[in-house]
Amino acid sequence: MSSVIVNNIIKTYSAEKKSVVNALNKISFEVDKGELFGVIGPDGAGKTSLFRIMTTLLIADSGTASVEGFDTVKDYKEIRKQIGYMPGKFSLYQDLSVEENLEFFATIFNTSIKENYDLIKDIYGQIEPFKKRRAGKLSGGMKQKLALCCALIHRPTVLFLDEPTTGVDAVSRKEFWEMLKQLKKQGITILVSTPYMDEASLCDRVALLQNGSVLSIDTPEKITKQFAKQLIAVKTENMYELLQSLRECTEVENVYPFGEYHHVVLKSNRTINEVQQYVSAHGFKDAELKPATANIEDCFIELMRNQ
Amino acid sequence: MRTLKFLLQKEFRQIFRDPAIVRMILMMPIIQLILLPLAANYEVKNVKLAIVDHDHSSYTQQMINKITASGYFQLTGVSNSYNEEMKLVEKDEADIILEIPAQFERTIVKENKAPLFMAVNAINGTRANLGSAYLQNIIRNYNQDIRMQWIQKPRFNDQPRIEITYSNWYNPHMNYQLFMVPGILAVLLTMVGAFMTSLNIVKEKEVGTIEQINVTPIRKHHFILGKLIPFWILGLVVLTLGFGVARIVYGIIPLGSFVTIYAFAMVYLLAVLGLGLLVSTYANTQQQAMLISFFLMMIFILLGGLYTSIDSMPEWAKTITKFNPVAYFIEVIRMVVIKGSTLKDISKQLLIMFGFAIVLNGWAIFNYKKRM
Repeated sequence: MSSVIVNNIIKTYSAEKKSVVNALNKISFEVDKGELFGVIGPDGAGKTSLFRIMTTLLIADSGTASVEGFDTVKDYKEIRKQIGYMPGKFSLYQDLSVEENLEFFATIFNTSIKENYDLIKDIYGQIEPFKKRRAGKLSGGMKQKLALCCALIHRPTVLFLDEPTTGVDAVSRKEFWEMLKQLKKQGITILVSTPYMDEASLCDRVALLQNGSVLSIDTPEKITKQFAKQLIAVKTENMYELLQSLRECTEVENVYPFGEYHHVVLKSNRTINEVQQYVSAHGFKDAELKPATANIEDCFIELMRNQ
Repeated sequence: MRTLKFLLQKEFRQIFRDPAIVRMILMMPIIQLILLPLAANYEVKNVKLAIVDHDHSSYTQQMINKITASGYFQLTGVSNSYNEEMKLVEKDEADIILEIPAQFERTIVKENKAPLFMAVNAINGTRANLGSAYLQNIIRNYNQDIRMQWIQKPRFNDQPRIEITYSNWYNPHMNYQLFMVPGILAVLLTMVGAFMTSLNIVKEKEVGTIEQINVTPIRKHHFILGKLIPFWILGLVVLTLGFGVARIVYGIIPLGSFVTIYAFAMVYLLAVLGLGLLVSTYANTQQQAMLISFFLMMIFILLGGLYTSIDSMPEWAKTITKFNPVAYFIEVIRMVVIKGSTLKDISKQLLIMFGFAIVLNGWAIFNYKKRM
């Protein structure tokens, strides 16, 4: 049974000079109950528009979407009772205290903090010492925890998190994903969008989104397995010149910076030795070459190239 | 009901935590009511008068004394040359030039009449008008005085004379403040009702909190009531404060009953709150809401009869004032405060205000969407 079904959603925005921006172009996917589903894509891919359509805030130009069997246009009232939504921008009252915010959202969902305390206990416990503090005065990580608490306070069946980890430090990000794993255990379906490719591997399944189109939907493992080409990592002193040089190499299909290495995608039937020779011949004698396994980011770049 | 109670609690918490809003609500009525009626005044005083006297007779001397003794004029120059005095006008040091021709006294005695010339700087229309009217009045009086001196005994009544006496009803001392204070109160109430409400709602849009609220099952009318009720109450608080200031500073006590004023103010606030809500459905940022508010406020005040009488406006402007809620409130509050009108007297305005409230709120609610 699917918890969220998105079917052929199209959304366009009119931009200046009568031109039209295709924010979402025939998006379709399904999310199973209790799944942790990631929507991965760079800024401007259409993640927020997609989330707003699923959370009934925005109406698609065409196509349908349903959450827990309810249509996002017709039965939006039912959906609003059932879902939890955390917008990308911190959207709680900054001039109310932590406790007041939580209490407020509990009340408008006709429940109380006490009733669902067990669900948020682990998360709220971390910010409870500051419950008298105004939300605007919290650190980024704490704001995000409070927002999650507020989205959870009515025990939603589906949780929508729009870029929850953007602008949050590495430690808080890790903590946040731990929290999501705990929530998944409670049987809550979670949809999370993120521009960070490294977070994809933490999801059960991911949809790779680019320019309003889905590039691929699968488990992170399967997506990385689909990467059929040979990948090597290269490192040397002068990385920029190395990049320039490799772009002209005939054995190489694609090369891009990847952390402290450059990732080089080889054309079929080429070997690492051929690249080694090319690199040495072009004056990068101390270059370090090693085979690499593709991760989601490599797959994403490959899929983008093929599009 | 529980939701609404919580919404109100949240709204009041936010309002009272914002020191700027609290200060505005307390200080705005006090400062505006103390400053404006004292400063704004229709009476023209200290009209700067320059006299060109070519005669230098005892008559002109007497006339000049009479003019300066009136208290309306301030003599800024006396000379023999018109051009010299004109320079004073150019430097804005004189408003009116009075030129007395040579042999003025002789002419008036011999020929029983003599001309005088008056040049008025008309840049400031009110000043020019009133100043020249005062001056003409004084000269007319002086003219009568000298004729009284000539006529020893009444020989015959050469013409029938009509003398006018007058009394100012409702405002016997022509107290300008009695006229201004209620009007300013009406404007204050409009600012709190319409503009603070719209800014408050648009702030939720701007900060993004409305996005979080919109995905909740909160009912539209709960949210709207939660926004309107606090400002409805604050509006009445401002009105009460305003009447306090009017009583303490100006000794103004409404002749009519407070019940009438508050009854009308309650309905009036409903109408302007609807206006605020309406502005907020169209504006996306506080800046936009602010600009719309300024635009509306200017029209409301200038076409509301606060400073200039609606009766003296051209017909088309009068038609516009019929759509100006502020104009009705200014009219009603003056009627009740100064004239002591009762609910029955203002029933027509009350009915119209109900109409405003229904139309504005209806339009706003229709336009308010819990989507983006």
